[in-house]
Amino acid sequence: MLWIEGYSIMKKAPINKIIYFSNVDGPGNRTSIFFQGCSFHCHFCHNPETISLCQNCGRCVPQCPAKALRMEGRQVVWEEAKCVQCDTCIHVCQLFASPRVSWLTVEELLSRINRALPYIEGITTSGGDCTLYPDFLKELFSRMHQAGKTCLIDANGAYDFSKDSALLSVCDGIMLDVKAVLPAWHQWLIGQAPDPVLRNLDFLLAQHKLQEVRTVILPGQEEENKATVQYVAHRIQDACDYKIIRYRPFGVKEAYQKELGEMETAVEEAEAYVRLAQSLGASRAYMV
Amino acid sequence: MSDALQVIQDPTLTYRQEVLALARLGEATDHSLVYSDAYYAAKAKGALCDLNEGPMPYRPRYICPDYKLLFQKGCDFLQLDPPRDLLEAVNVLEIFYCHVPSITAYPVYLGDLDKLLEPFVIKEDRAYAKKVLGLFLRNIDRVQTDSFVHADIGPEDSVTGRILLELTEEMQLAIPNLTLRYDPERTSDDFALACVKCMLKTAKPSFANHGMFTREWGEDYAIASCYNGLKIAGGGFTLPRMRLYECALDAKSPEDFLENELPKYIDLQLEYMDKRVKFIVEESSFFKTNFLVTEGFVKQENFTGMFGVVGLAECCNHLLGIKDVKQGFGLNEEATQLGLRIMDAIEKRVSEHVAPYCDAFDHRYRLHAQVGIDSDGMDDSPGTRIPIGAEPCMLDQLEVNEKFHPYFPTGTGDIFKFEETYIKTPEAILPIIKASLARGLRYFSGYLENNDVVRVTGYLVKKSEIEKLRQKKQSLNQVTLFGMGAQDGGHALDRRIQHHEESAHQ
Repeated sequence: MLWIEGYSIMKKAPINKIIYFSNVDGPGNRTSIFFQGCSFHCHFCHNPETISLCQNCGRCVPQCPAKALRMEGRQVVWEEAKCVQCDTCIHVCQLFASPRVSWLTVEELLSRINRALPYIEGITTSGGDCTLYPDFLKELFSRMHQAGKTCLIDANGAYDFSKDSALLSVCDGIMLDVKAVLPAWHQWLIGQAPDPVLRNLDFLLAQHKLQEVRTVILPGQEEENKATVQYVAHRIQDACDYKIIRYRPFGVKEAYQKELGEMETAVEEAEAYVRLAQSLGASRAYMV
Repeated sequence: MSDALQVIQDPTLTYRQEVLALARLGEATDHSLVYSDAYYAAKAKGALCDLNEGPMPYRPRYICPDYKLLFQKGCDFLQLDPPRDLLEAVNVLEIFYCHVPSITAYPVYLGDLDKLLEPFVIKEDRAYAKKVLGLFLRNIDRVQTDSFVHADIGPEDSVTGRILLELTEEMQLAIPNLTLRYDPERTSDDFALACVKCMLKTAKPSFANHGMFTREWGEDYAIASCYNGLKIAGGGFTLPRMRLYECALDAKSPEDFLENELPKYIDLQLEYMDKRVKFIVEESSFFKTNFLVTEGFVKQENFTGMFGVVGLAECCNHLLGIKDVKQGFGLNEEATQLGLRIMDAIEKRVSEHVAPYCDAFDHRYRLHAQVGIDSDGMDDSPGTRIPIGAEPCMLDQLEVNEKFHPYFPTGTGDIFKFEETYIKTPEAILPIIKASLARGLRYFSGYLENNDVVRVTGYLVKKSEIEKLRQKKQSLNQVTLFGMGAQDGGHALDRRIQHHEESAHQ
C-alpha cells in the first residue's frame, strides 16, 4: 500500500492531532498524540475520519471553502493556519479520510512537543491506531525516556505485541480496547475476529504492561456487553484499571448511528456493568 | 434624580451598601486635593482611571496588619489581650477585622490563618477545632461582606490548613478569598493536591509563587484583595491604572506610542500617585493617629504605591491594526513581542521615578496588573491577559503568562476554567501549576465549570447571588454587583474551558 511505503521510506508517520494537556489518557497530565490510520473499522468509532489514510486523489482540494488544501506534485497539502475545521474535506472524501494530517519524522514531532515536557508526566500515543507505526514509536519512546517521561500506547489490540519485545521494553504501559469477545459480534462491529485482541490481553497481563482496559457499553446490547465485561473482569481482576465507557453517538457516522442507536448509554445501565465487573474481581472498574 | 436619592431608592442595596455608597458621594464633593489639568484631561479621555478611590484619600487603599504582633501583645485601643486559646484567638481576629480600613471598608488581608491559629488548633480536639473554625469562617462571610477580603495559607501543610480546606469545600462561600503560598521545597504534593481539589470545587485557594514573592518582598509578604502582593505590616497607598488601549488611541504607530504617548501617560499617573501618597501621609490623620499605626500593626515605610495597568492586549492589537482578537496579542508573536516592549518601557520609567514615602522599596512604586472593573466592558482586558473568547490552548496561554507575570510584584494572575472530568484527576492539574510557577508564572487560579462559587476577574462571587440581583433582590456580598457587571459587559464567566477533547476511544 502506498502509505506503508511512504512510512517506511521517509520514516515519517501521519499525525492527525496533538493535544498538549490531557487528563483522560493515562495518569497525570499527558500529551496525547493521535496518529492517522487504523486497521479496525469500528461502527461506533467517533472519529471515523482517522481510520483511512488520504490517497492524494485531490477530490477535496477544490471543495475546501477556506482554501486550506492544495496539490503539491501528487500530494494533498494541508495548511493548518487557513483551516476553519468545517470538515468539508472529510465529507467529500470517498474514504472518509481526513487530509488534515502532518507527516512528521520523530525529530519533527519532538520539536512540536518539547515545549510541553515541563508540564507533563508523559505522552500517550493514540489514533487511529498508533501501532501501525511500531518503529516510529520505538524511536519516539526512547527519546521520551531520555527526557524522563513515561510513554503509554493506546491500542486497538490488532498489533501482536508478543512479537515486538523491543517496543514493549520502551513502552510503560498499554491501554487496550476490548470492544467485544463474542466472535460474531466482534466481526460485525469491527470487521475482524477478536482473537488478536484477546491474545494481547493475556500476553500484556502476563507481562505486567496493561495500564487499562476499555470497553464501550452499547445501549440495549445486553448479551454482548455482558459477555465482554465478564470476560475482561475475570481475566484482569485488580491488575489494571477497567474503564467502562458509555456509548455516545457524537461523531459516529450517520449510518451506524441508526444501527447502534441515537441515544447515549444510560448512566444506570453502564453503572450496572461497573458493578458486575467489580463483583467478578475487577475492583478497579469505573465508568466514564 | 440626585445620585444620593438613587442610592436611597435602589432596592438591591443593603443598608451597609447604601451607607458606603453615600459616603463615596460625600467624599467626592471636596476637591481640596488638586491634580493637574493634563491629568484631568487624561482621566476624562479614559486613558487614566482612579478606580473610584475618591479625590481625597483618607486611608491607604490596602492595609495588611501584622497579626502576629496582635497575638503577641494584644491591642490597647481595642482592649484585647493576647489570646490564650482557640476561641479567644478567633474572637480577637473577628473584632480586629472590623477596625481595619481599606478602599472597600472591609479588611483585604486576614492574615496567614494557618500559621496564626495552628498553635491553638493543635491543642484542641480536631472536631472541636473544626467547629470553631467553621463559625469563624461564617462570621467572616456574614460580617466582612466583600469578596476582596483575603486570607493566606501555606507554604507548609498544617492541621489548620487542612481544616480550612475542608470547611471551604463544605461551606461553599465566596468570602474570604484564599491563597496557598506555594513553594516546591516546602509544600508537600499531598497538601498541594488537597488545595487543587478544593480549588476545583470552590474556586479557591489560588496558588501564589512563593519563591518569586519572597525574592521581591522577603518572607513577610501578604496576598491581599484579588491577588495583590504587599508587605505585611504595610500595604498599598493607592492604585490608579493606565487603560492602555485608550492610551494608545492617539498614537500614530507603535514607535510613536513608545516614544511619546506612553511616557506622557506614565508621568501623569506617577504625578497623580505622588500627590495622593503625600496627602495620605502628610495631610490625612491615618498615619498620625490610627491605632494600627500608633501600636505598630502597620508601619508607614512598609507601604508602596501600586502602579496599575490594564488592557495591554487591546493596546497591542490596536497599535498593530489587528481587528480579530483571535489573531492578536497572545496568539500572534508580533503582538506579544510588542507587549513585552511596552512592559519593559513601563517598568523602566516607573523604576526611574523616585517615589515619596516608599522607604522599604528603595523609594519606588511597584507594578500591578489590574483585573479590570465592571464598566471596562470588552475595551480593556485585565492586566496583560489574553482577551476572553480568544484564549488559545492552556499551554499557549501559560507560556504567554510566564513572560508577563514577572513584571508585577504587586500582583497579577490568570484564571483557568476546567471541565468536569478534572474533579477526578487533580493530579493532572498539579504538575501544570508546578511547572508554570517554576517557569515564571506568578499566580494561578482555577475552578470547575459548573461551580456556583466562581472567580470573575480576581474576586469570587456566587452565580446564585448574581441571579438574586437580577431579580432586584439584595446580595449581602457587595462585590456580587461587580460580578454581574463583569459578566454582562466583559463576558468574564465565558472564559475558555480546559477540557479533554474527544479522544479516539469508543
